[in-house]
Amino acid sequence: MQFISSSIGRKILMAVTGQAMVLFAIIHLLGNSSIFGWLNGGINAYAEHLHSMPLPIIIGFRLVLLAMVCVHIWFGIQLTLENRGGRPSDYAVKFTQKASFASENMIWTGTLLGLFLLYHLAHFTFQVISPETAALKNLVPLHDAMVPNVLGMVVAGFKNILVTLIYSGAMVALFLHLSHGIQSFFQTMGWSCDKSQPLLVKFGSLVALVLFLGYVTIPLTIIAGILKG
Amino acid sequence: MSDHKTMTLTLIVWRQKNATVPGKFETYTAKNITSHHSFLEMLDCVNEDLIAAGKEPIVFDHDCREGICGMCSQVINGAPHGGQDRTTVCQLHMRKFKDGDTIYIEPWRARAFPIIKDLIVDRAALDTIIQAGGYTSCHTGGVPDGNAILIPKPIAEEATDAAECIGCGACVAGCPNGAAMLFTSAKVSQLALLPQGRAEAATRVKNMTAAMSQCGFGNCTNHYECMAACPKGINVKFIARMNREFIKAQFA
Amino acid sequence: MILDGKCPTGPIEKTWDKHRFDLKLVNPANKRKYNIIMVGTGLAGGAAAASLGELGYNVQAFCYQDSPRRAHSIAAQGGINAAKNYPSDGDSILRLMYDTIKGGDFRAREHDVWRLAQVSNNIIDQCVAQGVPFARDYAGYLDNRSFGGAQVSRTFYSRGLTGQQLLLGAYSALSRQIKAGTVKMHTRREMLDLVVVDGVARGITVRNLVTGEIETHAADAVCLASGGYVNVFYLSTNAKGCSVTANWSAAKKGAFFANPCYTQIHPTCIPQAGEYQSKLTLMSESLRNDGRIWVPKNKADIGKLPADVPEADRDYYLERKYPSFGNLAPRDIASRNAKEACDNGLGVGPGGRGVYLDFADSIKRLSEDTIRERYGNLFEMYEKITDENGYKRPMRIYPAPHYAMGGLWVDYNLMSNIPGLFVLGEANFSVHGANRLGASALMQGLSDGYFVIPYTIGGYLVTVKPGDVKNDHPEFKKSVEDVKARTNKFLNINGKKTITEFHRELGKVMWNDVGMARSKESLTDAIKKIPAIREEFWQNVKVTGSGAELNQQLEGAGRVADFLEFGELLAKDALHREESCGGHFRVEHQLPDGEAKRNDADFSYVGAWEFKGNDKEPELHKEPLKFETIHLAVRSYK
Ligand SMILES: Cc1cc2nc3c(=O)[nH]c(=O)nc-3n(C[C@H](O)[C@H](O)[C@H](O)COP(=O)(O)OP(=O)(O)OC[C@H]3O[C@@H](n4cnc5c(N)ncnc54)[C@H](O)[C@@H]3O)c2cc1C
Ligand code: HEM
Ligand code: HEM
Ligand code: SF4
Ligand code: F3S
Ligand code: FES
Repeated sequence: MQFISSSIGRKILMAVTGQAMVLFAIIHLLGNSSIFGWLNGGINAYAEHLHSMPLPIIIGFRLVLLAMVCVHIWFGIQLTLENRGGRPSDYAVKFTQKASFASENMIWTGTLLGLFLLYHLAHFTFQVISPETAALKNLVPLHDAMVPNVLGMVVAGFKNILVTLIYSGAMVALFLHLSHGIQSFFQTMGWSCDKSQPLLVKFGSLVALVLFLGYVTIPLTIIAGILKG
Repeated sequence: MSDHKTMTLTLIVWRQKNATVPGKFETYTAKNITSHHSFLEMLDCVNEDLIAAGKEPIVFDHDCREGICGMCSQVINGAPHGGQDRTTVCQLHMRKFKDGDTIYIEPWRARAFPIIKDLIVDRAALDTIIQAGGYTSCHTGGVPDGNAILIPKPIAEEATDAAECIGCGACVAGCPNGAAMLFTSAKVSQLALLPQGRAEAATRVKNMTAAMSQCGFGNCTNHYECMAACPKGINVKFIARMNREFIKAQFA
Repeated sequence: MILDGKCPTGPIEKTWDKHRFDLKLVNPANKRKYNIIMVGTGLAGGAAAASLGELGYNVQAFCYQDSPRRAHSIAAQGGINAAKNYPSDGDSILRLMYDTIKGGDFRAREHDVWRLAQVSNNIIDQCVAQGVPFARDYAGYLDNRSFGGAQVSRTFYSRGLTGQQLLLGAYSALSRQIKAGTVKMHTRREMLDLVVVDGVARGITVRNLVTGEIETHAADAVCLASGGYVNVFYLSTNAKGCSVTANWSAAKKGAFFANPCYTQIHPTCIPQAGEYQSKLTLMSESLRNDGRIWVPKNKADIGKLPADVPEADRDYYLERKYPSFGNLAPRDIASRNAKEACDNGLGVGPGGRGVYLDFADSIKRLSEDTIRERYGNLFEMYEKITDENGYKRPMRIYPAPHYAMGGLWVDYNLMSNIPGLFVLGEANFSVHGANRLGASALMQGLSDGYFVIPYTIGGYLVTVKPGDVKNDHPEFKKSVEDVKARTNKFLNINGKKTITEFHRELGKVMWNDVGMARSKESLTDAIKKIPAIREEFWQNVKVTGSGAELNQQLEGAGRVADFLEFGELLAKDALHREESCGGHFRVEHQLPDGEAKRNDADFSYVGAWEFKGNDKEPELHKEPLKFETIHLAVRSYK
């Protein structure tokens, strides 16, 4: 309990949950990249593979993920409010040397990510945004079975310029959030020293950049007509 | 000692009568300032003029004027201590400024540092943090010979790096969250590195970080502004070390 | 009056141990009933307050800064001596004692110095246990360096930050006691008066520097650890807030002021750049190990770039006059010679107040990198202040007032002539005689604080009933009235000159007439000029604001007013001491080669002055000095 009420304890919870989400984002990107065809059957096969896992695992995984998001959001808001109070008034002249746009706007990029997640889940998981292309309703043959047409849903979605813009915008938020968040994780966990710290800053930005590029490639290649359903 | 040119500067200075009334900026002119004036000497000159004119001089904290006591505390154009690398305000010289410059001068701003008057703030919270555990509980006398505990040179050096903190509070003033992590971590690290301090390492880190929050300091979100503001170049690696000590302490 | 230092008798090696045994002990259960006031929380006061608190006494501690961690002890760079003899180079308690007595030109009390040397070793152990990060060698053992011309390597150090690290050690011990509730810390309080009831020190009156409130605090004993007074010279290496005020308030209540004329001028400081200069910065004198000091031989060369002055036209005066010590001549000799060169019109830099400290030869011999490795931080500091690169052109240095050997008179128990008033650290006069060796002031502060006062104060306390006098006693009321009256006086003069102008004026007189080289004429002159400045001060000073708020002008006014009284006493002491010794150099008393000429027959005593008011002559009391262990000898550095 003392851990959860302490400044560093809550920071660590933020870091661990955030970092777990980063891991998810990496795996998710790898999975999504099956859309480019490296997996026999593409993203439909990948989705089918996931869905054929035992139900308790799927539910368990989703619950854990949900808990992570909740803890991360809860403490993120709490800590941010406290920190605003820590310096009640600003200086007449703004002068920063090390803090970045990303580090100063974690709460906003985080909020954008949260909103995006809601939209994203509604879009691809609950498939309520454009029901006519919902994968669950449009089954396609894969190997010897009929499976939901995830590919069709994704491609149809991103053909819409607005959707692509929303996703791309969210990916910018993701980039900013992680360009600070990833190195921040190592510092918060105490896994950094004077030599590694500047390198970790670079490393974090690099990973964020890779995630950003990886993710935006999907909608962009679709809207550009390179990737077709 | 080449140039004898003098400068005229516009100062926009935070004036506040005491802790209870709101403060505001006032504009003053600093005349006949040479590049060899220290920043505080420049303010001394302005004050002499103010007194001559029957006005209240600007009050600011200072004592040693050689960068070691940690008393001086001014934010100049948004930068604690003026933004020159590893330099306290008292060691900042006017050659960093040009004739005609406008300079904003403000006190440290943080919830845990209430303003006492003008540029003077109350930093007692930093003492409170040290009182929570920034020591080894040894008695006066009855301690072993200094050489009974060997400390390898690199460890002694790193502990000294941390121990160089002068307790000025610029880290707090520079941190967008008003966090005292750099200050606290410097003491926690110094004592955690040395064998003498290990015995109490777990309780120390818990108590000192708890005191930090109770005093009203914000939390760290790893902006690293503190390190940039620190006149002694205290590295944020000590914050990482303190976090590590904190985690270790949970299992102790 | 002939003063008695109450030193123990018997073989000197046993004196402190025997004395400690002889001292009566306070019953542990009674300790918390005793209240002790500690004015000052630097090395001496901080260490004392922490140790007394730990013993169980109730301690009220005071400092004028916002935290005890900021006392000027923090500025000490060089190191701290101890007779550990870790390098096995022949050091011993006796040798440390010998060096200290000799360095002080035989004007200190032997027994006090023996005790200092004896406990020096405990100090190092204590600080190590506190987590003071002393320099270590690769094997992990404590490292030593030699310092201040000593022939043994006995100086313990922590980079160029020894004072800071030791003070933070004491501060952490103090913080622990504050947390435990045994010490109550009162920061931003300035002691303005000592309260004496029936001849016994019973408390103090302080001004709360934030609210302006005048508070009184009663106690069973009062300790002053308020540091040194060399800011009487206006410009010095001391912090801006250092003053004689605490000591002087005691002196005005009858405490004797011993040897005020013993002041140390440090040779390697950064020269003044202009009239507006507010303080002088010291650079470690280790620079003299590799730097050569010179001035141009001809006035025509003064304005030239140093590199343009040909070798033949340079006067390496220390090497010329003191061939065996050369640039490493002791502080007083190096300082005096620099001033002499400048007085002869050969000084360099602004106002002709500087001499060159030239590293060109060492750089040629050893390479710039070696020099950078040895003194990099000092060169950096020099450049920060002067904007000049010491590797490319010689540094300019000039002497500056640095340390006060004089202070309130105390006996072996560190008690002044007022019962119940104890004085520790630089504020007392005890161990340095007429001159202080490098790395010995830190040692004294911690010795007094950790290892002397905790014993000796007990010997006094057993003789008083705890809480006998409370702060409702009429003497406290009177003290408050006096302090308020003085405050109002300052505020109501409403003259034309600022306190800084007066302080500067006093400083000029002190420096020119009572500085490094004093003569009957200069001193008589000063004794005429100082009262005149003082008189003008009380007519024409301007102090803005009110007394009921934070008012730095008011604080300054009190300090300058005290310096204006004390400066005169300092000059009078210097005038009366018809000899040269240590930091006190009378031009009339020198050997043909310019060396200080001591007069042991007439002046081998401590001169303790009783202040009787500005309009009366102070009375001199003497404590004769006996040298039984170390025999009187003439100091020679040729
Ligand atoms: C630049 C410099 C370098 C030095 N280097 C060395 C060195 O290398 N080695 C060495 O041995 N010595 C050195 N010294 C000397 C040594 O540092 C000091 O003599 C010593 O630290 C004095 O300690 P102190 O506790 O007596 O006084 P200080 O540390 O000066 O403490 C004085 C205390 O008294 C308080 N005080 C004063 N007046 C009042 C008042 N009226 N009311 C309330 N509180 C008051 C202050 O707040 C402070 O807490 C150096 C000195 C200087 C200036
Ligand atoms: C869902 C809405 C989100 C909100 C409101 C949010 C908010 C925040 C905030 C305010 C911080 C800074 C807190 C601090 O450093 O103390 C933070 C840090 C972090 N966030 Fe988020 N975030 C969200 C989503 C995400 C997502 C989706 C990821 C990963 C993909 C993520 C990864 C991280 C990481 C790694 C950190 C760094 C933790 C640390 O400082 O050690 N966040 N978040
Ligand atoms: C262009 C980018 C993206 C595409 C094409 C994409 C695609 C998908 C698809 C198709 C699903 C449904 C999987 C299924 O139920 O079978 C899904 C689920 C999900 N996505 Fe994404 N996604 C993208 C970006 C992101 C990002 C950036 C995040 C957050 C970091 C994210 C978080 C999630 C989550 C949390 C789920 C629900 C997982 C679950 O059902 O357990 N996605 N995504
Ligand atoms: S860490 Fe640096 S900025 Fe912070 S108090 Fe210490 S010296 Fe000042
Ligand atoms: S600037 Fe503040 S956020 Fe942390 S790294 Fe420094 S304390
Ligand atoms: S006045 Fe001491 S550090 Fe600036």
